[in-house]
Amino acid sequence: MAAAALTSQLNALVNNMFAMGLLDDQFQQLQMLQDSTAPDFVSEVVTLFCDDGERIICELSRQLEKPNVDFDRVDSYVHQLKGSSASVGAQKVKNTCIQFREFCQQRSRDGCLKTLDLVRTEFYDLRNKFQAMLQLEQQIQACYPKH
Amino acid sequence: MAVAIEAPFHVLAVDDSLPDRKLIERLLKTSSFQVTTVDSGSKALEFLGLHDHEDSPISTQSDQQEVAVNLIITDYCMPGMTGYDLLKKIKESSYLRDIPVVIMSSDNIPSRINRCLEEGADEFFLKPVRLSDMSKLKPHILKSRCKEHYQQEQNLQSNSESNNSSNPTSENSSSSTSSNSHKRKAVDEEILPHTIRPRHS
Repeated sequence: MAAAALTSQLNALVNNMFAMGLLDDQFQQLQMLQDSTAPDFVSEVVTLFCDDGERIICELSRQLEKPNVDFDRVDSYVHQLKGSSASVGAQKVKNTCIQFREFCQQRSRDGCLKTLDLVRTEFYDLRNKFQAMLQLEQQIQACYPKH
Repeated sequence: MAVAIEAPFHVLAVDDSLPDRKLIERLLKTSSFQVTTVDSGSKALEFLGLHDHEDSPISTQSDQQEVAVNLIITDYCMPGMTGYDLLKKIKESSYLRDIPVVIMSSDNIPSRINRCLEEGADEFFLKPVRLSDMSKLKPHILKSRCKEHYQQEQNLQSNSESNNSSNPTSENSSSSTSSNSHKRKAVDEEILPHTIRPRHS
């Protein structure tokens, strides 16, 4: 019973993430790739994305604090974040990265700083939800006896 | 001999992004490829036995060169050596140029795609790469291996021993497999003399 309740909670959370546009169908691709030979695939990729995203956002803040901003460098970090967002299906973060790159091309420090704030908020919101998701998955797994 | 037949095709995947490496590794493994991942073009060349500034492989690896990697799939945008730079190095090397190369990029820039294809890339995938893309890899591997095989055959025309039909594994290994692996086995039988002969002669 406990497992069933947790599972419906997990499904509601993930469905809500899709409904809010946080995730796109690439996330379903990841779910499809998870099977008995790679039972933790989704959580592994999601964890890598969260770590990678945090590193890039810290780096972006540092780059934009500099007196002479190297916009090409900033752009390459945003490109990385856009890439890993696309790979996990983090649609909202990915779309904000696309806007961010336009400000890089315009050499607009203000635009970049504003978009950094936006992407940071979106990223940490997503990360919290991903963490809640992984926690629920662990709780569900704990309901079943181990092999 | 059995090992040579059952061995999956070996793909070298090159991507500087850790989540992307994890994804491409999984996509390839799900599609029954053996996978090695590296995070840069220079590490890829190192793995292939090619030094950065030489056109010859490391001597100890030269014997295994042709069977080591069947296909290289690389990200385009990487710090240092880009996927395009890596492609050029591979195509410039007489030891590596027959290995098919697939370039991946998240940017859909036609001029970039054309430049890679002109430089000898076999395929261009837009990221994120999908499971359906994986089916496009095997034809490139088979094409390149057949090409190598024919070249090898021509080199060995004077050798009266070259006879494919006596392969003893062709009958007893074909019953319990899917149509896909049937195809795979049939091709392997053809190329078998090519992979075996250098080791025994």
